[in-house]
Amino acid sequence: MKKYSITLMLLCTLLFACSDDFTKRAPEYSIDSETYFNSENDYNQALIGAYDLLQSSYINVLLGEIASDNTDSGGESANDVIGFQQVDEMTHGPQNADIRNLWNYMFAGVNRCNYIMEFKDKTDFPNKNQVLGETRFLRAYYNFELVKWFGPIPVNGDKRFSTTDVTSVPRLPVEEVYAAIEADLLFAVDNLSPIAAQQGRVTKGAAQALLGKIYLYQNKFTQSAATFESLITAGAYSLVSDYSTIFENAGENGAESVFEVQYTDAEGAGFGCFQCSEGNVAVGFSGVRNYSGPLFDSGFSFNVPRQEVVDAFEPGDKRKAVAILDIEAWAQQTGATYGIGYKHTGYFNKKYIPRQGDLNTGDQNLTNPNNYRSIRYADVLLMAAEAYNRGGLDDNKAKDYLNQVRRRAFGDNDHDITASGAGLTELIWKERRVELVGEGHRFFDLVRTGQAALEIDGFTANKNEIFPVPFEEIQFSSGNWQQNPGY
Amino acid sequence: MKSNYLLIYFLLLSTFGFSQNYDIGGQVKESGSQLPLPGVNVQIKNATTGTSTDLDGNFVLKNVPSGTTVVFSYIGFSTFEYVVSDNNLNLTVTLKEDTKSLDEVVVIGFGSQKKKEVTGAVSVIDSKMIEQIKPVKADQALQGTVSGVIVTGGTGAPNSGFDIKIRGVGSNEVNRPVAIIDGYQGSLSDLNPSDIESITVLKDAQAGIYGVIGANGIIIVTTKLGRKNTKPRITYNGYTGFQEASRKLSVLDATEYALLSNESYANGGQPLPFPNVSALGKGTDWQDELFRKGAPLISHDFSISGGSDKITYAVSASDLYQEGTIGNADKSRFKRNTAKIALGFDVNDKLKFNTNLIYTYFNSRGFNDNGLGSVLFNAVNAPATYSTRDANGDFTLLPSGGLGIEIINPLAQLANTYNDGGYTKLNGTFGFDYEAIKGLTLTSRIGFNTGNGFGKSFAKQLDYGPGKVFNVTRSRVDQNKTVNNDYSFDLFLTYKKTLAENHNFSVTLGNTIFKEWGSGLFSTGYDVPNNSWQFADVSLALGFNSRDVGSYNFDERRLSYFGRLLYDYKGKYLVSAMYRRDASTKFGPNNTVAYFPSMTAGWVISKEDFFGENNIVNFLKLRGSYGSLGNDQIGNNRFASLLSGEATYVFDGSLVSGTAVGVLPNPDLVWEKAKKLDIGLDINLYKDKFKIVADYYNDLREDLLIGFVPSSGIGGGSAPGSGNPTINAGSTRNTGFEFAINYTEQATDNFKIDLNYNITTINNEVTEVKNLNRFIEGGSFGVGQPASSRMEVGQELGYYYGFQTDGIFQNQAEIDAHPSQAAAGAVASPGDLRFKDTNGDGIINLDDRTNLGNPIPEMIMGFNLNLTYKGIDFAAYTYASIGNEIVRNYERVLPDVNRLSYVLDRWTGEGTSNSVPRVTTAATTNNLLSSYFVEDGSYFRIQNVQLGYTFNPDFTKKAGISKLRLYGAVNNLYTFTKYRGYDPAAVSSAPIGGGIDNGTYPSARTYMIGVNLNF
Repeated sequence: MKKYSITLMLLCTLLFACSDDFTKRAPEYSIDSETYFNSENDYNQALIGAYDLLQSSYINVLLGEIASDNTDSGGESANDVIGFQQVDEMTHGPQNADIRNLWNYMFAGVNRCNYIMEFKDKTDFPNKNQVLGETRFLRAYYNFELVKWFGPIPVNGDKRFSTTDVTSVPRLPVEEVYAAIEADLLFAVDNLSPIAAQQGRVTKGAAQALLGKIYLYQNKFTQSAATFESLITAGAYSLVSDYSTIFENAGENGAESVFEVQYTDAEGAGFGCFQCSEGNVAVGFSGVRNYSGPLFDSGFSFNVPRQEVVDAFEPGDKRKAVAILDIEAWAQQTGATYGIGYKHTGYFNKKYIPRQGDLNTGDQNLTNPNNYRSIRYADVLLMAAEAYNRGGLDDNKAKDYLNQVRRRAFGDNDHDITASGAGLTELIWKERRVELVGEGHRFFDLVRTGQAALEIDGFTANKNEIFPVPFEEIQFSSGNWQQNPGY
Repeated sequence: MKSNYLLIYFLLLSTFGFSQNYDIGGQVKESGSQLPLPGVNVQIKNATTGTSTDLDGNFVLKNVPSGTTVVFSYIGFSTFEYVVSDNNLNLTVTLKEDTKSLDEVVVIGFGSQKKKEVTGAVSVIDSKMIEQIKPVKADQALQGTVSGVIVTGGTGAPNSGFDIKIRGVGSNEVNRPVAIIDGYQGSLSDLNPSDIESITVLKDAQAGIYGVIGANGIIIVTTKLGRKNTKPRITYNGYTGFQEASRKLSVLDATEYALLSNESYANGGQPLPFPNVSALGKGTDWQDELFRKGAPLISHDFSISGGSDKITYAVSASDLYQEGTIGNADKSRFKRNTAKIALGFDVNDKLKFNTNLIYTYFNSRGFNDNGLGSVLFNAVNAPATYSTRDANGDFTLLPSGGLGIEIINPLAQLANTYNDGGYTKLNGTFGFDYEAIKGLTLTSRIGFNTGNGFGKSFAKQLDYGPGKVFNVTRSRVDQNKTVNNDYSFDLFLTYKKTLAENHNFSVTLGNTIFKEWGSGLFSTGYDVPNNSWQFADVSLALGFNSRDVGSYNFDERRLSYFGRLLYDYKGKYLVSAMYRRDASTKFGPNNTVAYFPSMTAGWVISKEDFFGENNIVNFLKLRGSYGSLGNDQIGNNRFASLLSGEATYVFDGSLVSGTAVGVLPNPDLVWEKAKKLDIGLDINLYKDKFKIVADYYNDLREDLLIGFVPSSGIGGGSAPGSGNPTINAGSTRNTGFEFAINYTEQATDNFKIDLNYNITTINNEVTEVKNLNRFIEGGSFGVGQPASSRMEVGQELGYYYGFQTDGIFQNQAEIDAHPSQAAAGAVASPGDLRFKDTNGDGIINLDDRTNLGNPIPEMIMGFNLNLTYKGIDFAAYTYASIGNEIVRNYERVLPDVNRLSYVLDRWTGEGTSNSVPRVTTAATTNNLLSSYFVEDGSYFRIQNVQLGYTFNPDFTKKAGISKLRLYGAVNNLYTFTKYRGYDPAAVSSAPIGGGIDNGTYPSARTYMIGVNLNF
């Protein structure tokens, strides 16, 4: 029995020598997100994360353009990226993977901003308001995209959403969303440096431009005009004299660039994660199908300009040749060959199609380095013109700004506009279309000015002004959210 | 199925006497080697008197009453009974080891049990079976040999792996059972199959002692050990095989292709691409260009084993080399070397040490062999009108146009594939057993795996033609090194006691500590010198901005306490209860600890008095089990919010990296719970000639761990490097029957027959999906189409979701009479597939998609045969999978791709076809996932057939050879199936998205000749 007891003792000792502490280990070489923000560097690192989602807004530009009367969906066939096809035909419903991607990407952006905002008081450092200014600009940018696309959206102050907030946080009315966006941008205007510490960072000018735009979207013309005016008089930006250089690689972040989403071809990407690409995914998607020839690389032939927008250019407008690639003429001239995709129009969005000479890292269709010129000074001038004109504030100023843009387009003063009042409004809108074709603004311009139902085939008034909240989100919300009207 | 079989062979020289008590004595020998067996128990039946044989195998028992039965027993051998009727001191008792007796012992985890007393659902395969099947990976030996085990996978790629699932698909994460090798957690597929003594599969609550790792079942592997008191036994086994692809798809030749293209273009209103087809002939058969015959498969293994009365040893080494049926050794190969040493050392009667070490080295090379753009996919889709090489002898470049950007010259693709990878591994165990007092044994052991892997791939700068996605504009080399370690430390106490003669108890109590840790380092270099594989190393790739690096680390742990009580009354009523407590790092602080109770019970009816002597049924046992088991096989740290997301942007024209939240956490994660019910019946008929095992099972899996569950996007899970959380969000149920019958007959001295048949039915149903529209999607079909597969309540896990076809529109009137298909993508024309309006809303759109079948077989079967006649042996192994569907997804939908020959039967006008739609370049809905693409994936395969001849030992012994056997065998001889694709068995079996055939590399048919040599 003695041996028995010894064994038993030995066993007990060994068995319980190991407590549950053994399984309490911190994940190796990992940083817990909830104990971060202990230095200025931590904030800056997290801010890069907040910028990252700007690159995913390629879908906003691509789908926004397809939604408008500027371009058709295209692609390989009627079933190629069904989400695009449906939006083009205005038959999209709540089950649309691409609209859902847009929703998901933009909210991911909001959450990355709010990750910083949630911890904004944790550690102090001198440059903090610049960091918070950039953060709040980005949050405003993402929220503005969301409110443009979906109307009422949930806003959670400075707190991140959890996936379960979907059942409790309400969708705020559009006015309240805009109020939050304005507050962010006012802070950004007050705190951001006018000069970017690094190319690609948000500046005070960018914040002013976005704020002016947001006022304009709400028809707050006086505030809009004033905001734009202070940006214009500061003189930090100017029109590039040669329109054709703006969309080439060398023209990136030029004098006209107020805010530009940065892309690069230096890192590979795959179809499993578009949002992981550091390149502009929209560019490859818009490229000429199976193209072989000079200057351009091939792509997937989505987002093809319609005859209507080609015809919208006045004779002598130099912008037409920059914005539109007439592939048949080009093929005849250069001997290039190309494939015929679905809804082939013979035209491509020349501003944003792949150029030869890129690194073509990884999947070359996903890693084109073309920056998205989100807010150009020409856009600012046209928006300012619109605010002055529609607000009944100063038609002369409106004409001046409009004509600055037109003089560059035609290379002379012969095409200056002299109209005023409602006639001028129409001309400003017309100018916006041709100046900004292919840049993703048209659909929202038509909606905010009440012209969408007239101009877009298949557009149903009081429904298609905004897009449906993804079906899945309505399901997840368990009754907390209602679908947008008509969907 | 290992069981002992007693064949007694004894020579008796007797002297008659007339006294009441007699003396007996003599020698006990092992039948095969005729060596003396020391330590054999020689016991008087139903008494405590007895003796054991000495070192020379001799024994003497004196004063044994006449009529007494003397029992000779020895572990690993069957008992022999001798009735004393006379004095006899010259007895020669020969004990033969065999594998067919109920006295065989079955390992059940942290101990073993007599097979006839096992109360759970347990199946065993032995080394003989593995030897016959000759799998490259041991996993394959389970295919068709045991009921309840579904083995899929195994493509033609050397080193391709297998999926093992026990009793259906329970989890939508990992379904593979955990393998326990000589007591420690290990990898079955890494082992040299020849080193395996037995594989035991615990299918039900019998695995309860494994707690949180037991829900998928447990595979217990015992490797070969030496045997005490045997002289060195030297064996050599070798074979050489020649492999060929088991199937080739029938595709159009150049002329057929051109004619069909013309028709397709004409139907699309486009000019004919081939105005003149007369000179095209057959063109290139891309598959013939790729597939080769006679790809070698060569295996050698060598072993020495034996032992003295204190020490046992077994040493073995093996070498296996395999090439693929596509590509030469540079492109496709697998090499494996193993070495193993097992030692046992008895310090004294109480303390016994053992160790068992295995070294393994792998090297393999492969190419893109699955999915869109893979080599075979390109071979099927590349038109026969293109030559393999152009006039200059360079690989022909395929145009982009109507062939799209993925289809390239498959020969060029193969020739420009460069990679190399390997793994070096040491695993093993050290342990001791200490018998403190009689019946009380303390066991402690530590088992470990430690391995180093490397991989390298080189992307040559090259051009496959304009716009092709595989074009490489900057040469690149990717390299990685990985280190993986783990240990399992067990400490447990087993106490066996019989009370009041008939009450047998066995108690096991202990704990296990498991820890796995490791790291990986990845790097990429650009601009490889000379654009050459020869210089492909990061150290030489010095291009601008040319090096990317990355790494990972992990450290996962589990601490478990367990207990088990086995009780039986007279071996008639059997009960066991198991309880385990696990603490695991897979789950956060909120839910670290889990408890798993299980119990089993059995009733050996044939032992009941009322059963009496039954000439037909000689053994009958009813058994049942119920228990709760767990599954913790999910990604690491899913409960924690870590800054592991991707935060990359561009400032000043250069990439900058920051920090972001990674995969969204779920701090409340808990393990999956499996509630397993099993009711079984074991029946042996006609003196064990027929053995039947039948089971009903009902496995409910709750709290399924669903990774990346679709969740509200407002949580930010779509950000780069992030992901939706893992949530316990569903449950599934698998029910079915298993039936196995074994027939063994020693018909004559020279002729022996052994037949095995088993069948398993599987009925799978998803019973709950929380939090969503009651379904989760996954898998992909075609390009840009919605997800192919779903997990949805009331349906089978991973069923295919698409349109149900209803023939073909023969004319416009039929189209007009049918709901419009425009919303599905295109307005229908005569010759297009007609989709059913399943929801009856008068319009065909995505809402009309429905259940088109699923990848889970309704039943699986195995039928195996062994015949021995004198020196000749014959074996055949077969496997069948019935009632699973496969989706055909290896036809690229583009105007100029080649097509399979069945398209020749297409619709060309009213009444011509009601199944294969017209060909056209115009937009149609014919290519959407529909029942048109879903095929019956049932098959019956002759896995292995072999014929061997063993030379008469009397003859070979003169050359010092105790056994010489030569054989010829064919593996994967033939597959009977209606499936059109390459290989119905090789298609992926992922829980959601499995069964989609992307042009799988067909498994090889292997012709082999081999030799078994024993000295």
